[in-house]
Amino acid sequence: MADQGQSLVDPYTGLKAMELNLGPQHPSTHGVLRLRVRLDGEQVKACEPIIGYLHTGIEKTYEDLIFQQGNMLSDRADYVSPIINNLCYVLTVEKLLQIEVPKRCQYIRVMFAELSRIASHLVWLGTSAMDMGAMSPFFYTFQQRELILDLIEMAAGYRMNPSYFRVGGLMRDLPPGFSARLHAFLDGFPHWLDEYRGLLDKNPIWLDRLKGTATISLAQALDYGWTGPLLRALGVAHDLRKSNPYSSYEDFAFDVPTEQDGDVYARYKVRMREMEESLKIVRQAIDNLPEGPWHVANEKIYPPEKEEIAQSMEALIYHFKLYSEGFLVPPGEAYVGVEGPKGELGCYIVANGAGKPYRVHVRGPSFYNLQALPALVQDRMLSDVVAAIGSIDIVLGEVDR
Amino acid sequence: MLQVVIVVVKSIVTATLLLAAFGLMTWIERKVLARFQFRPGPNRLGPAGVMQFMADGLKLALKEEIIPTAADRFVYLLAPLVSLTAALIAFAVIPWGPPIHLLGQVVPMQIGGPNIGVLFVFAITSLGVYGPILGGWASANKYSLLGGLRSTAQIISYELAMGLAVTGVLIAAGSADLNTIVARQYRLWFIVPQIVGFIIYVITMVAETNRTPFDLPEAENELVAGYHTEYTGLKWAMYMMAEYINMITVSALATTLFLGGWHGPLLPPELWFLLKVALFMYFFIWLRATLPRLRYDRLMAFGWKVLLPVALLNTLATAVWVATAQ
Repeated sequence: MADQGQSLVDPYTGLKAMELNLGPQHPSTHGVLRLRVRLDGEQVKACEPIIGYLHTGIEKTYEDLIFQQGNMLSDRADYVSPIINNLCYVLTVEKLLQIEVPKRCQYIRVMFAELSRIASHLVWLGTSAMDMGAMSPFFYTFQQRELILDLIEMAAGYRMNPSYFRVGGLMRDLPPGFSARLHAFLDGFPHWLDEYRGLLDKNPIWLDRLKGTATISLAQALDYGWTGPLLRALGVAHDLRKSNPYSSYEDFAFDVPTEQDGDVYARYKVRMREMEESLKIVRQAIDNLPEGPWHVANEKIYPPEKEEIAQSMEALIYHFKLYSEGFLVPPGEAYVGVEGPKGELGCYIVANGAGKPYRVHVRGPSFYNLQALPALVQDRMLSDVVAAIGSIDIVLGEVDR
Repeated sequence: MLQVVIVVVKSIVTATLLLAAFGLMTWIERKVLARFQFRPGPNRLGPAGVMQFMADGLKLALKEEIIPTAADRFVYLLAPLVSLTAALIAFAVIPWGPPIHLLGQVVPMQIGGPNIGVLFVFAITSLGVYGPILGGWASANKYSLLGGLRSTAQIISYELAMGLAVTGVLIAAGSADLNTIVARQYRLWFIVPQIVGFIIYVITMVAETNRTPFDLPEAENELVAGYHTEYTGLKWAMYMMAEYINMITVSALATTLFLGGWHGPLLPPELWFLLKVALFMYFFIWLRATLPRLRYDRLMAFGWKVLLPVALLNTLATAVWVATAQ
């Protein structure tokens, strides 16, 4: 990037700086991020993130798949919170189709999106604690994340790439017994949040590592296009769920936690409180879950039931059309941004009237957040680089796409 | 002649016991850590997976020996040996039981008992740090180099405070001979009058052995594996052995200096000694399961600005106390 052509020799001291390659296979870069770091002792003089090791051509592949199949690709971008990616994608397609899914479906989507946010934050908490050298929180958080994945598996049949949300509805309605199991999780989780806090918040080493580390000014953050928890840690109460509600978020009561300091500790505190808020939303969603249909009644978009296909000629035709040609989306373009666990997750689709999109672009918040890394670690210690990477919570699947 | 035989036998027994303790310790550490983290830990080989360390050792012995082309071969091969040798020698002066009578001879339960026992341990453990430094330098790897550098900085910052923490005990006991120090604690363990020294010693002993939260030289998430990044097979195992045996040595020294050595009621003295050492070893694992890692500059600041002055004050206070008591 900026310092590409610079010489390694310091013009003033004549000493040669050490250049260190962190990654792409390094314990703490959270995937296949590669950093070219220039060091003076252990002080970082320049840091250049090199991305693309996980590039799988997701955006291009969209163009070859019918709209329902594209959902599967969205799972694989931010693989730590696939459900929210599903949500973003299906909302965009639904906007193009100008349809609105029934209330029950919207509530279920909110519920799973928030569960997914908690799961994503748990991965962040575990791995960033691990980066600091604390190994046990990783196991404690992943144990709770496992419970969320179990819930997702119960509903969607898959844990990691569920594709639970479909254009026009869901894959299926909530299975019997789901509510009880969800409540068991909701009742147990606050205790674990306290445990995490007890283990980390009162630990002087943890505070020492986090406070004042990897700071950035608000103006700079906005220039880099920061959103989500990172921006909220700088005191901006920007949350798409509040400012631009989608999928009935306006029905739910929750707060947008903010912090002022903009350091790693502020990001930590924001995310911890976000988990609490997400819990509140999930509880409201399951308690006020409306009865009724869970997908649109339009058979040209949502396939008919299997039993119906076996009996009705018309249903069979719909089914065949949907799974060969797909539904036809009227020409136009649409962008929907949702509040992902890492920031504003956006999906932009151009349709030309066919069953496949003409062009899809995904705004992966990790990519924008990662841009600021060189500014975050300039003139800091090597250990702070790891802390900074952990705190911006990147998923390389989303960065490289 | 008999003296020589006894010393040789004792050396072999001690070294064997230490290496066996190392093997067992790796298993205990993994098992205890697993319990902290809701995992079963090793559980396949032998009862409760106790034979796991045999399998690990065998695996390491059969590993391909890789020496980086850019490495300084001689130093690269020497470094782990330095670490292991120093670790094994340091334990030699620690008395792990009262003297026994054998073949008409009084046999002290330690290999050698110089009257400067404490200094000997410090001298040898300081030598041991050449292992990480040389290994880190000779590997021709930047991560290793950084690990070696950190190791040096850490030792410089902590040895001093450690030495001063122990000075309090030496003044109180009036001797640097470990047997005398143990004998002086017959009535009252030095942990009571020397509580400050004990706390400083415990902190520095963790730093000395490069364990969490002072495991910066091998900080996995920053430096891959620090100074032993380029080491494989048995050479890597030697570093590990050195680390664990060092843990045992510093724990044994803590026991000797502060917890009354092998003194204790009812149980045989050797068992008491073992129990006290085990307590410290558990403490090491507990720390590893709980704490994050310090940052390099903060670690040095802590060593120089907090531990050293406090240790100095403690030494002064002890000296004044002893002088006025006489």
